[in-house]
Amino acid sequence: MTAQVGAVPQAITKPVAVATTQRQRRLPLRRQFILQLVCLFIALTVLFPIMWIVSMAIDPRNISRPDGLTLIPPGASFAAFAQVIQQPTQNPVSFVQLAANSLFIAVIISTASVGVGVLAAYAFSRMAFRGRETLMIGVLAVLMLPAVATLAPLYVMLSKVQIGTFNLRDSLFGVALAVTSGQLPFAIWNMKGYIDTIPRDLEEAAAVDGAGKLQTFWHVILPLSTPVLAVTAFFGFIAGWTEFYFSWQFLDQPQSFTLAMALNGMVGQYGTTPWSQFAAFSILVALPVSVVYMFLQRYIVGGLAIGGVKG
Amino acid sequence: MSVLASAATTPRRSWWRRSRNTRTAYLFLLPALLVMAVITFYPLVFQVWMSFTDYGLKNLNARAPAPPYVGFNNYLRILQNNIVIPNFDFMRVLVFNLWWALSNVVIHVVLGVLIAIILNTPGLWLKRFYRAIYIVPVVIPPIIVATVWRNMFDPTNGAVNFLIDIIFRLPPGGFNLDWLNQPNPIIAAGPFVLPLAYFALLAANVWLGWPLNSVVATGALQSIPNELYEAAEMDGAGAWAKFRAVTLPFLRPAMLPYAIYGFVITFNLFYLSYFMSGGGPFGQTELLVTTAYRLVNEQQLYGVAAAFAVFQFFILLAITLVTNRLAKATAQFDA
Repeated sequence: MTAQVGAVPQAITKPVAVATTQRQRRLPLRRQFILQLVCLFIALTVLFPIMWIVSMAIDPRNISRPDGLTLIPPGASFAAFAQVIQQPTQNPVSFVQLAANSLFIAVIISTASVGVGVLAAYAFSRMAFRGRETLMIGVLAVLMLPAVATLAPLYVMLSKVQIGTFNLRDSLFGVALAVTSGQLPFAIWNMKGYIDTIPRDLEEAAAVDGAGKLQTFWHVILPLSTPVLAVTAFFGFIAGWTEFYFSWQFLDQPQSFTLAMALNGMVGQYGTTPWSQFAAFSILVALPVSVVYMFLQRYIVGGLAIGGVKG
Repeated sequence: MSVLASAATTPRRSWWRRSRNTRTAYLFLLPALLVMAVITFYPLVFQVWMSFTDYGLKNLNARAPAPPYVGFNNYLRILQNNIVIPNFDFMRVLVFNLWWALSNVVIHVVLGVLIAIILNTPGLWLKRFYRAIYIVPVVIPPIIVATVWRNMFDPTNGAVNFLIDIIFRLPPGGFNLDWLNQPNPIIAAGPFVLPLAYFALLAANVWLGWPLNSVVATGALQSIPNELYEAAEMDGAGAWAKFRAVTLPFLRPAMLPYAIYGFVITFNLFYLSYFMSGGGPFGQTELLVTTAYRLVNEQQLYGVAAAFAVFQFFILLAITLVTNRLAKATAQFDA
C-alpha cells in the first residue's frame, strides 16, 4: 500500500464522484512549487494573529505588553491562564462565574430559538395557510435588522419589569430574552431553508399510512433535520457565549457579568491588564466554540451551499 | 404540547373545519408568534412611538411619568447632526458605512474565488492541510478577532509594527505608526472620508471575511462537470477563455446571493469598528450600528436612538430592495 501512494495521490484527496470522471493530471513541478509558495504565504497570513496571541498568552514575564515578535517566548508558562481563571478583571468575579453566566444565556437562546423556531420553520416550509406571505415578510424584515436596532425599546421595556428587588433588565434572563428576539427569526429562516430541501416523498408515505401533521413532523422531519438543528443551536450558542451589546447595556452587578464584558474591560482605553492575560482570556473564550465549529463545519458549509444554489 | 392538546378539545365550528390547514399551521406557528410578538414586534412598534418622544433616563423607572411628545424633533436632530455625539455627521457616517460594506465584499469575493481556484488546481499537494488552516478565521468569535486585531495595530507594542521592523530590518520599536489614530485622513472628498484606521479595519475584516467566500466558491467549483473544461479545451480555449465560459457561469449563481448576504452582514458589523478604532479618529470609522449603540449606551438618548433605528430600518430596506433587484436581474444565469 505504502509503495503505491505516490502513484495515485489524486484519488485520495479528491471526492470519489469527481475522481472517477476526472482524468489524471500532473501539475508541472515549477507550477506546483509556485502555487505551494502562494498557499504557504496565505497560510502564514491566516495564522499570524493566532501565533501572536498564543505566544503572548504563554509569555511568562507578566509584562504589561510584548516587546517583540517571538513565537515561543523563553520560559513559556501557563501562568497567565491560571491568573485569568482565578480573577480576570478587577471585579471580584472568577472566570468560572463569568463562563457560567455566559453559558446560562447561551443555553436559553439556543434552546428557545431552536425549540420554538423549528415548529414555525416546518409550518412555513410545508403548509399552505392564510397569512403565510405576510408572516414570512415579517420574519424576513426582522432578520434584516441588526440586533442593536431593538436595543433602546428592549432596554426601556425590560427596565419597567420590576418584581420586588428583581429587575428583568438587570438580569441574565433579560439579556437572553433580548438576544432571542433577534436570534429567533434567523433560526426560523435557517431551518426553513433546510427543511425545504428534504424530499416530500417520505411525508407523503407517512400521510398514506395515516400519520397526522404532528406525527409526520416528529417522526419524519425532525430526525432528518438533525444537522440543521445542531447548526442552528450552535449559532444560538455562539450568540449567547460571546454576547456583548445587550449585556454591556443591561447588566449592572459584577456577579452577573459575562465573558464578553470582561474582555471589553481588558482592552478598553483604561485597560491595565497585562496583554498575556488578555491573550489567555481570549483563548479560553474562543477555544470551546472554535473547536465545536470545526466539527460542525461541513454541515454549516453544506447549509451555505444550499442557500447559494437556491438563491 | 399542551397548546396542541387543548386546541384539539375546542368545539369545532364550520370555519374551523373549512380552514383546517390554516388552523394546523397556526398551531405550529403559535409558540414562535407569541414569543416574537412580545420580544420582537411589540418592541419595534414601541420604538416608533418612542422616536416621537423625548425618552430619556428620567423616564426609565417603573413609576416614571410618560415622556413628552416632541413630534419629528428627534429625526430632525439626527439629520441636522445635533445629537451630542462629537464629530457626528449623518451623511458622512452613511457614506462611510456603504463604502465599508461595498469595499469589503468586493475584496472578500475576489480573494475568496481566487484562492478557491488555486486550491482547486488538479494535482496540488497538501490541499486538505491548506483548507483546514484557511478555515480558522471563520471559527473564531468576531469579538475576539476585533480585540486581538486592536492589539495588533498598537503603535508601540503591536504585532503589525513589529513585523514591519523585522521586514525592513529596523531596530525593535523602530516603526511605530499609530494606525488607528492618524488624525489626517488619506482620502477626504466631501462626505467621503477614509482615514488610515479604515485600512486597518479593512485588513482585519479581509482576514476575517475571505475564507467563507472561498468555501462557497469551492463548493461551486466542484459542482462544475469536468467534461465542460474538456470540451472547451477541444475547442482550443485558453485558461482565461475557460474561466469566462465555464467557471464564471457556475460561480455567479452561488456567489451572488452570498455576496449580498455578506454585504448586509458587513454593513452591520459592530465589533471591528467598536473595538478596534472605537469609531475614531474623529468618528470617521463610525458605522450606523455603532452610532446607534452609543446613542443608547453613552448618551442615554433613548428617543433619539429610536428615531435613529427607524432611519436604519429604511436604509436597510432600501439596500434589501436594491440587492434583490440585482439578484433577480442576474437570475438568468441560473440556467
